[in-house]
Amino acid sequence: MIELQEPTTSVTRRAERTPNERAAARVGPPPAGEQPAMLLEHATKRFIVGRRKKSVVAVNDVSVSIRRGEIYGILGANGSGKSTLIRLISTLLTLDGGRIEVHGHDVERDEMAVKRLINRVSVDAAFFKKLSPLENLAYAAGLYGLEPKSARAQAISILARLGIGEKRLKRPLEQMSRGMQQKVAIARALLTSPTVLLLDEPTTGLDPRSKLDVQTFIEEVRDTHDATIVLTTHDLAEAERLCDRIALINDGRIVAEDTPEALKSMVAELHGQEPTLESVFMTFTGRSLDDDHDDDKTDDED
Amino acid sequence: MTIATRELRASYAFVQRNFNLTKRYWGWEVAWLVYSLAAAVAVAFIGVAQDDPDLLQVLVIGTIFWNYLSIVFGFIGETVTWERWEGTLEYTFMAPVRRYTQLVGSTFFAVAYALIQMLIILGAMIFFFDLEFSGGNFVTAGVFILLGSLSFVGVGMMAAILPLLYVERGDQMVFVIQSIILLFSGVYYTTDVLPEWMQFVSQFSPGTYVLEGVRGGLIHGQSVTELLHNVWPLVIMGVVLIPIGVKVFGIAERYAKRTGKLKRVG
Repeated sequence: MIELQEPTTSVTRRAERTPNERAAARVGPPPAGEQPAMLLEHATKRFIVGRRKKSVVAVNDVSVSIRRGEIYGILGANGSGKSTLIRLISTLLTLDGGRIEVHGHDVERDEMAVKRLINRVSVDAAFFKKLSPLENLAYAAGLYGLEPKSARAQAISILARLGIGEKRLKRPLEQMSRGMQQKVAIARALLTSPTVLLLDEPTTGLDPRSKLDVQTFIEEVRDTHDATIVLTTHDLAEAERLCDRIALINDGRIVAEDTPEALKSMVAELHGQEPTLESVFMTFTGRSLDDDHDDDKTDDED
Repeated sequence: MTIATRELRASYAFVQRNFNLTKRYWGWEVAWLVYSLAAAVAVAFIGVAQDDPDLLQVLVIGTIFWNYLSIVFGFIGETVTWERWEGTLEYTFMAPVRRYTQLVGSTFFAVAYALIQMLIILGAMIFFFDLEFSGGNFVTAGVFILLGSLSFVGVGMMAAILPLLYVERGDQMVFVIQSIILLFSGVYYTTDVLPEWMQFVSQFSPGTYVLEGVRGGLIHGQSVTELLHNVWPLVIMGVVLIPIGVKVFGIAERYAKRTGKLKRVG
């Protein structure tokens, strides 16, 4: 069983509650007095781009409160600010305005404490590709100060749960499929027992089988451990399956936020649209997923 | 878990990672070792061609110790480039690791790696040439290696900022700095043969003092106390440049986080 680190304040482990209690406890913003797992208040990030030094607002006045144990989805087109938001929470970018707290720790003032509580899986599995999964995970364990022997046993156990057998553990990662690499990335993140797990498009580019494996594993983490998960994705079915609440982000702003069911009902009632997440996406971002793919091409060409 | 244990484990993580990478890139390691060996021996043959045993000693010491110092400098100076190239820079910078901790681990590995390569090249030199260091003071050479390592780590740390700030050209800049140190430090000659303005500049290179110290020890048998004029600049450079390097690196890291330059490129 994967051992996740307790947050700094005492909590009841999710596994000790019934599924209904867990579901009820995680949906919606935290009630008054309950410390959120993550709090963003007016978070703003600008970049200066191009030769003309144009200022672009990547994240614009975003305020979000996420409950402990919640899976919070962020949907948006390419370039909408999803990954920037994840990087701000990960301490990889500094804020230009507002603040972000993880379990009460400010990401700027208390950076090291936040780093110990979080981990991130990015769309591109960032590894030393010549090293094996075990060597990469040993490096990760060392960086987080884990005891080498128990970390190794833990790594083997998590990788086995994700379908990566012992015979693959010593082969270079570059010889593994992208799906396998992404599973190793998730294993690496879980190894450090984060209380907040940031999943930035973790299933993008995976084949259906690998995608299903990863999604099932995320559900297992949600159901058995006290981890809060922030998930960005382009896969609407995935968002619907996994997320307790979804925020739609467009041009750096959160334009809608609620449970998947409530968002679907909203577009059906107010706009007479089909009660699907695709309708929700198109209504709030003003574009279809096909437009999004066209943007991909344009980005590549640029 | 104490803070010290956590920091030690984090430091060791860099040693272990670099060892594993060296193992996995063994083909390149062999290629670089053969190149370094060939270059050192080829340069030393100039001394043989001139039938000048003193020149041979100057060249042998210059090539061996420059190889050592440039490896230490390269490992530290190219840390960011290396991680950016592998795509792991954001992962490493997201981990709860202090830059001093990272520096200790990286330096330990760099020094161990450079020492092993230095011993192999030294063995080749002894095989090829009739070297005479019987009156040499090896303690002096050891002290200058240690002091030289520290000062080169400091310079390397300052240089490591460049790839952080200049994503496209930073690595080339580090290479240029390394070339300039090579030119001004008297690697294949003593610095007194340089034009006056170059001699002035050479005072600011730690390489100048390391090579003069080692040559003084191995060729003339001088003790450390006799070479104090070469010791104190290295001590000052080590004591000043390492903390300044770490501090400036921290400022550069913050700038990179403000401008989004940590993001993987390429």
